[in-house]
Amino acid sequence: MAAAAAAAAADEAEKARGRRAALSFAAIAVVLGLPLWWKTTETYRAALPYADIAALGELSFQLAVPVAVVFAPGSQPRDLPRLLPFRDTEEKETLLNSRTSIASRYEMVCRSTTAQEEAALGAATVQEADAALHQLQDASLGSLSLYVIPETSLLLPQGIGVYVGKHRSALVRAGQGLAALRARLQQVMQIMSFTTSSITAALSDRMPASQLGPDARRHFKSSLGYEITFSLLNPDPKSHAVHWDIEGAVSRYVQPFLDKLSFLANFSVDSQILYYAVLGVTPRFDKESSSFLLSAHSLPHVINPVEARLGSSAASLYPVLNFLLYVPERSHSPLYIQDKDGALVGTNAFHSPRWGGIMVYNVEGPAAPQASLPLRVDVDMVRVMEVFLAQLRLLFGVSREVQPPEVLLESPGNEGLADWELDRLLWARTVENVATVSTTLTSLAQLLDKIGNIVIKDDVASEVYRAVAAVQSAMAELAVGHLHSAFQASKEAVTSSERAFFDPSLLHLLYFPDDQKFAIYIPLFLPMAVPILLSLAKIFREAKQRKKEPTKTD
Amino acid sequence: MAAAVPAARWARAAAALLLGCCGAALASGVQDQAEQFFKSGHTNNWAVLVCTSRFWFNYRHVANTLSVYRSVKRLGIPDSHIVLMLADDMACNPRNPKPATVFSHKNMELNVYGDDVEVDYRSYEVTVENFLRVLTGRIPPSTPRSKRLLSDDRSNILIYMTGHGGNGFLKFQDSEEITNVELADAFEQMWQKRRYNELLFIIDTCQGASMYERFYSPNIMALASSQVGEDSLSHQPDLGIGVHLMDRYTFYVLEFLEEIHPASQTNMNDLFQVCPKSLCVSTPGHRTDLFQRDPQNVLITDFFGSVRKVEITAETISLDPNLSAFESKPPKDELAAEPLKYAEQLPVAQIIHQCGDIAVLDSVFLWNSMEETSAHDMKK
Repeated sequence: MAAAAAAAAADEAEKARGRRAALSFAAIAVVLGLPLWWKTTETYRAALPYADIAALGELSFQLAVPVAVVFAPGSQPRDLPRLLPFRDTEEKETLLNSRTSIASRYEMVCRSTTAQEEAALGAATVQEADAALHQLQDASLGSLSLYVIPETSLLLPQGIGVYVGKHRSALVRAGQGLAALRARLQQVMQIMSFTTSSITAALSDRMPASQLGPDARRHFKSSLGYEITFSLLNPDPKSHAVHWDIEGAVSRYVQPFLDKLSFLANFSVDSQILYYAVLGVTPRFDKESSSFLLSAHSLPHVINPVEARLGSSAASLYPVLNFLLYVPERSHSPLYIQDKDGALVGTNAFHSPRWGGIMVYNVEGPAAPQASLPLRVDVDMVRVMEVFLAQLRLLFGVSREVQPPEVLLESPGNEGLADWELDRLLWARTVENVATVSTTLTSLAQLLDKIGNIVIKDDVASEVYRAVAAVQSAMAELAVGHLHSAFQASKEAVTSSERAFFDPSLLHLLYFPDDQKFAIYIPLFLPMAVPILLSLAKIFREAKQRKKEPTKTD
Repeated sequence: MAAAVPAARWARAAAALLLGCCGAALASGVQDQAEQFFKSGHTNNWAVLVCTSRFWFNYRHVANTLSVYRSVKRLGIPDSHIVLMLADDMACNPRNPKPATVFSHKNMELNVYGDDVEVDYRSYEVTVENFLRVLTGRIPPSTPRSKRLLSDDRSNILIYMTGHGGNGFLKFQDSEEITNVELADAFEQMWQKRRYNELLFIIDTCQGASMYERFYSPNIMALASSQVGEDSLSHQPDLGIGVHLMDRYTFYVLEFLEEIHPASQTNMNDLFQVCPKSLCVSTPGHRTDLFQRDPQNVLITDFFGSVRKVEITAETISLDPNLSAFESKPPKDELAAEPLKYAEQLPVAQIIHQCGDIAVLDSVFLWNSMEETSAHDMKK
């Protein structure tokens, strides 16, 4: 009896130990094993500022332009609200779509002229006045100076109410009253800094395509560098030996323009001469003018046969701008380009959006019929560069939009670019950069969120942090009106965000559908899990039985 | 009588008005066609042509891809804008009875290999990883420009894939596969970064329609050679070469493209009609719900060719040639180095001269020895 009881007690102890062992196995498997497996099969993902990136999705730009409005003696309207000097602000808010809005603010400081400025305004011509005023200002990037001169002043020609100079100043006639002056000032400020349409064009990624005009598609997007190639095409070297002083022309006319834009991007310029390169289209002979004509609808087919020979595939990774100078063959001279209405084009040139431009340079026939071929041709680089520079400006988005009446815009001359045009470009580019960074970072965050098995390395994370910080600083600088530092910050932000987005390590290769995942893990875990689960089930059943037993025996 | 004359006058006036209207409509019609250039919104064209098979018996896939490559080049897309991925083991295959050729028509009529085929990814470089890297742009910095897809938000891209496929996947080089989900994700990443304006995806494999089922990004139009559950068949074998030369769908697409030239106005609806079931045995499919424009208005040359938009340059900048070039930057210090010249790597002239001396000596020696032998002979 006692032996049976002792055996039963030993049995019981044995079973209890067995139960404890099974429970401890299960506990170790769940508490230690599962977390260990989870941690070791996790992909390394560095932390990213998801909240900041989400905040970037909503862009509300605040653009501030510091303006100095200087009243010359005799030009103050009688109904000025306050005595000079005083500060005023003009604000305008535009809501472009649910996620983008622009608030522009012109901070005007109105004062009267100093003695030196008065002397400058007394110059003989308006160009001299502009040059003299430029010496007196310390205009930083993005700021404007507007000089109000008396309505009857002879400095501006008759019928012109506003003159915009080569730098950052403009001369405005006082007008008939405060309202007219205000309107004129607003017009000038918009011309010299930005308009809603120019900012909208810069935000083309976020706007539906129907709202954009052809301007938005013409100019190159903001990039860190550009490569400019000048090519001379000579299809007939037997007749023409063409010489062009491209080095001199580039250093005299193109380099100043590029130097002004050097803050914007890196530029590299090269040139080449191509022989036996023909246009893809045969020109038509026109008996009336005894010349050859290229009609407007055949122009699109001109570029392709030449493009393969331009060597742009050996160029750098930056966008390439090609400028071609074509000297027609002896048998096809002179060659003119016709526009849609059939009129001859004055410049004899055309350009293609985001690609470059082509100009046809006609050479006069030999003076005497028996002159020896090949004729030596020295290309008039000034004429050529005038056209190429105009095309270069268009391709960069520096276009003189439709000029309103009574506004005179000074030609930029040899510099190629007026200071206020550079400002316009910078405003648009900064906004474009910030919008690009916002799109890049939000899509990167979405991608990394959605696909759980992409590894996020530390340097990718640090680039993202840098981009976020730079874009926040760019927005802050824009709101204060420091265009220079805002653009700098936006460029940095774009570089960092592009580097982060296009990092080669962010490629998820393997798409595992769920059944494949099961197929991998079941052979590993099932043999181990079955005994544990079965013993847990047995323990549970026994515990339930024991709970019932005392009631039964009672 | 009096009533008839005004009636006649009215009739003449009405006719004149109608003619005037027609004339105006015609003029504006021509204007519209010219303006239509800007409707598609693209400024450049790219093509990514992928053949995903290797080995001799998949000759037809290489011929497919090379034929599309030729058409695309003929219609104007330059090599620098084409990314061609081929296993490229046909032309120099030991089993090829005509080495250095790949024919696309029986009786060996058309050699599509030629001598100006620029293959960007060849042989074992054609992998799923490289294909996805090309599409998404996540390329290691050392990759040359010809291997990159440098498209921007105004690029129309044509993607053509051919090979062996199944329901929802495409086999790459017999060792890996790409699924339709991965492809759709890759296109979405391209859209997020605005790497394309519009995309045309053509696939010629078995069950090709399954590959475009999962697309969800805007502005994509897709064509496939067969529906899910159907096989795409090959066209004709060539008894001289011993393999099938092309697939049916691509063969008829190419016949269609032969009629296209850079200025043609044929639209996408005609491409959808190519290769009906009677010719192709499989049912070609297409998908246009993600595409914003009506296929009626989409020109074939929008994707297969490269017709550039042009604008006349109306304005010039006036430059003053007499203004001395202002030295805004000091001229770069040119180190006055003595002119360097290359050393002769192979001093050929000297060698010839030396050889000449030796030759002279040799002949003298020979002469002497001949004299001796003859002297000996005589002495004997």
